Amino acid sequence: MWRFAGKRALAALLVLFAISVLVFLIFFATPGIDPAARIAGRNASQETLTQVRASFGFDRPIWVQYGLMMQHLFINRDLTSFVNRGSQVIPQVMQAIPVTLSLVFGAALIWVVLALIMGVAATAARGTVIDPLILVIGVIGVSLPVFWLGEVVNLVTQSRLHDTVFAWVPQLGYVPLTDGVGPWALHLLFPWLTLAVLYAGIYARVLRSEMVASMNEDYVRMARAKGIGETRVLIRHSLRTSMISIVSLFGLDFGALIGGAALLTEVVFGLQGVGKLTYDSLQNFDLPVILACVLYASFFVVLANFIVDLLYAWLDPRVRHV
Amino acid sequence: MGSLVVLIIIVLACIAAPLYESSIAHTDAFTSNVAGTITINGQTVPVLEPSTEGLGLGVNPIAPTWTAQYFLGSDNQGRDVASRILYGGRNTLIIGFASAILCCVLAGIIGIVSGFFGRGVDAVLSRGLDVLWAFPVYLLAICLSVVLISSSLTIGPVTLSSASILLPIVIIGIVYVPYVARPIRGQVMSLREREFVQAAVGAGAPDMRLLRREILPNVLPTIIVFLPLMAAINMLTEAALSFLSIGVQPPDSSWGTIVNDGVGLLYTRPWVAIAPGILLAITAVTLNLLGDGVRDALDPKARLRGAA
Amino acid sequence: MSEPLLDVRDLRVSFRTRTGVVTAVDGISFTVGPGDVVGLVGESGSGKSVSMLSVLGLIDNPNCVIEGQALFKGRDLLTMSDDELRAVRGQEIAMIFQDPMTALTPVYTAGWHISEQIRAHEKVSKKAALARAVQLLDAVGIPNAADRVNSYPHEFSGGMRQRVVIAMALSCNPSLLIADEPTTALDVTIQAQILELLKSLQSEFGSSIVLITHDMGVVSQMSDRVMVMYGGRLAEAGPRREVMRNPLHPYTWGLMASIPPTDGTRVARLAAIPGAPISPGDPDRDHCLFSARCRFVSDACRPQPELVEHIPGHFDSCVLPFADRVELRRQAMTPLEVAP
Repeated sequence: MWRFAGKRALAALLVLFAISVLVFLIFFATPGIDPAARIAGRNASQETLTQVRASFGFDRPIWVQYGLMMQHLFINRDLTSFVNRGSQVIPQVMQAIPVTLSLVFGAALIWVVLALIMGVAATAARGTVIDPLILVIGVIGVSLPVFWLGEVVNLVTQSRLHDTVFAWVPQLGYVPLTDGVGPWALHLLFPWLTLAVLYAGIYARVLRSEMVASMNEDYVRMARAKGIGETRVLIRHSLRTSMISIVSLFGLDFGALIGGAALLTEVVFGLQGVGKLTYDSLQNFDLPVILACVLYASFFVVLANFIVDLLYAWLDPRVRHV
Repeated sequence: MGSLVVLIIIVLACIAAPLYESSIAHTDAFTSNVAGTITINGQTVPVLEPSTEGLGLGVNPIAPTWTAQYFLGSDNQGRDVASRILYGGRNTLIIGFASAILCCVLAGIIGIVSGFFGRGVDAVLSRGLDVLWAFPVYLLAICLSVVLISSSLTIGPVTLSSASILLPIVIIGIVYVPYVARPIRGQVMSLREREFVQAAVGAGAPDMRLLRREILPNVLPTIIVFLPLMAAINMLTEAALSFLSIGVQPPDSSWGTIVNDGVGLLYTRPWVAIAPGILLAITAVTLNLLGDGVRDALDPKARLRGAA
Repeated sequence: MSEPLLDVRDLRVSFRTRTGVVTAVDGISFTVGPGDVVGLVGESGSGKSVSMLSVLGLIDNPNCVIEGQALFKGRDLLTMSDDELRAVRGQEIAMIFQDPMTALTPVYTAGWHISEQIRAHEKVSKKAALARAVQLLDAVGIPNAADRVNSYPHEFSGGMRQRVVIAMALSCNPSLLIADEPTTALDVTIQAQILELLKSLQSEFGSSIVLITHDMGVVSQMSDRVMVMYGGRLAEAGPRREVMRNPLHPYTWGLMASIPPTDGTRVARLAAIPGAPISPGDPDRDHCLFSARCRFVSDACRPQPELVEHIPGHFDSCVLPFADRVELRRQAMTPLEVAP
C-alpha cells in the first residue's frame, strides 16, 4: 500500500509539472503574442512593460522564464497584479481557497449521499417506475447549464419567493466556518444543492447499472447461497464492489468540478472563491491573477485525484499490487 | 416491463429529437440568420440593431407578452429576446456540433494511432492525453481563451480573428479530446489482439490496410456514439465560456451570452436569462437521450445491461 | 431405507420469455439420503443446475415459475418464507459454484468470507469466527492458513480459491452440500485434488453431496448414485455401479461411449452423440426428447415414455425392450464406421 501511494504521488508530481509547463507555454510562448503586454494588462505604459520584461526574464532563455514564473508563483509568492496596481496575487488566492473547498466538498458529500440512496433504491426496486425515473433525472441533471440553474435558484430564493417561503435564505455571499457552522452551512446550502443536482442523478444511474450488473455475478449468488439477508447482499456485496467504479468516476469529475461547475457556481452565488477570483480577473484581463488561480486550482485537482487514487486502492485490493 | 418503458421513452425521444430541435431552434435560427432581420410592426428591422421605433427603453416589453412579437420580451437594449435566442441558438448549435466533430475526429486519429502502433508512439500520446485530462477542462479553456481572444492568432497562413466563432470551436474541440481518445485507444488496443486482426496480420496485410479494413469499421460505432454526447457537453461548455465572456464575443450572441446579459436583469426581466437556459437544457437532454439511443442501437451488450 | 434428507417430487421449472415458455426442468423426482453422494449428470442446458438452484430459491428471475415439492427433512423448501429459507441456506444446505474465480467477492479476504457465513447463522464473535475460519482453511489443505486467512481472492490460485469456497461451504456443518461443477473450471491435476478433498471431507463431516457435472469420470470417482438428465427430465437413475456397468438408456450409452477407455486397444476415434441438444423452448415436448438424436427411434417414442424401474433401484425412461438392451448397447458402442 505504501509503495502504491509513493508511486501515485510521484505520478501526481509529474502531472503537476507537466501542467505548469503547459500553462507556461500557453501564456508565455504562444506565437505572435507579446507576453509582457499580456501580463501588464491593457494600455500599459512603456515603463511597466520594461519592468515586466525584466521581472519575468522575457529576454532570457525560455527555461529561465519558466523558472522565474514558478519562483514568482510558489517560492517568493510576490506575483503582483498590474491592473490593480501593486496588489499581491497569492494572498488573494490563499484567501479564496477555503471558500472553494467548502463549496466543493459540501456539494460532493451531498451528491454522493443522494446518489447512493437513489442508486440502491433503484436497484432494489428494479423493474418498477423508479428505474426509468432515475434515468431521466440523470439525463436532465447532466444537461442543465449550472450557471443558469444557479440564476434560477437565485431568482426564486432571493427575489420571487424571498418574502414568503424562502425568507430564511440569507444574502448571497460566504461566511467563514469560524463564524459558526450554522451560518456557514446556511450560506452554502443552495450553492451545494445546485452543484449536487447536476451530478446526483447521473451517479445514481451509473451506480444502479453497476449494481444490477453485479447482481448477476457469481459472488452475489454465492452470497445468497450462504444464507445472508437480501439487504446485506445488496449493501455489502453488490454496492461494495460497485463503489469502485463510482470512486473512479468521482476522481474524474472532481477535477472538472473545481475548474468548471464550481467556478460558475461561485460566480452566480457571489462566493469569493478561486473561481470567482478567476472570473473577476477575466473581466479585466488581469493575467497574473488568472495565472495564479489556474495553477493553484490545478494543484488542488491533482491533489484530489491523488486522494481518489488512494481511496480506490483502499476499496479495491486488486489495484494495490499493480 | 420497466426496461421496456425506458426503451420506448428513449426511442421516442430519439425519433422526435430532430423534430423538436428543428421547430424550436435549428431551422428558425437558421432562417433568421439568412435574412439577418426580423419583422417588427410590419417593418423589417435588423436583428441585432437596437430597436428604436416607439419602443424606447422605458417601455420595453417584459415577458411573457403572449403576442408573436416580443414574446419573450426584450432586453435592456430593446432587442427581441426571442429572436436573439434563435439567432444565438444558431451559434451555440454550430459551435456544439462543429467542435464535437472536430473533437471526435482528432480523438479518433489520436486514439487509433496510439492504440494501433503502441510502444513509443502510444507512450508519448497517452501521457500527453493524461496531462491534458488532469488539467481541468474549463481552466484549460480559460487559459486558451484568455490568450487567444484579445488578439488574433496566426498559425502559418491561417489567421483566426479574435471575434471568429472558429476560436471557441477549436478551443472546446481540443479540450475534450482526451475524454474521447482514451476509450478509443483502449478499444483499438484490444481489437489489435483479436483473432480476426491477427489473422489479417498473418495474411500479410500492410498497416494501412489493417487500419482501414479491420480497425476503423470496428471503432467507428464508438466514435459515432460519442458525437451526440460530445455535442451536448460542448454546447454546455460553450455556454459556460460565453457566460464567462470568453466564448462568443459581442455583438454576436449565443445562449450563454444571453444568459449573461440576463443576469443583470434577473429580478426585473427574468425571462431574458431563463428562456435560453431552458432551450439549452432541452437540447442537451435530447442529445443525451439520442446518444443513449445510438449506443443501444450500436452496442447490444449495453442494452442488455440496461434492461436487466 | 431411512427417511430421505432431500425428497424432490415432480419438480418443474419454467421461464416465461418473449418467445414463449421455456421449460428448463420438466417433472423430475429423486431423493437424497443422509450421507449419500448423488451425481447429477447431463450436458449443458439439461436442467441440472437449474433444478438445484430452484430448490434453494436462488433463481433471481421474476419470470421463473417453479412447481412441485422439495422436502428437506420433511419441510417443503418451495413453500418456505424467505426468512426460513435463508436459515436453511448455508447452514443446512451449502453450495459450491463452478467458477471459483468469480464466486468470491473480490474486495474481501478469505477469512471475511468464511466468518460472514458463520456469523450469518450463529451468534459468535468476529474473533471466534475468524479462528474457525483458520481451522477450516487448514482442513481444506491450505498451507499457512493463519496467514492466508487475510489474503484476498485474487491472491489465491484457482484451485486454492476453490478450497476457500469449500471451506466456506462447510463452515456451518451443512447436512447437504450441492456442488455445481466444482472442478470444471480447474486444471486437470487440480481437479483430482479437489475431488479427493471433497471425498475425504464427506467421510469426515458426513454431509450428503449432490454433485452436478457433465463429466462421467467425476461421477464414477465420487458418487454412490447417478442420475442422468436430458432436456430437463431424468433419462436414467440408479446406483453408480449399476449405471456405469449396465447403462440402460441410449443417451447414457452415448455419454459412456464418449469417455476414452483406459484399457484395451486405443480407439481410432471416440464416439460422439450425433445432433445437438434439444431446445428447451420447443413447445412440442410430448415425446422422448432424446429421440431426435437416437438411432433406435421408433413410433413408440411418442408420447413421452414413463420412468420405469427395470432392476430394483435402477430406473430409465426408454421404450426399447429391456431384454434387447445389452445387444443394442453393443451396437451403439461400436458403431461409427471409422475410416482405417
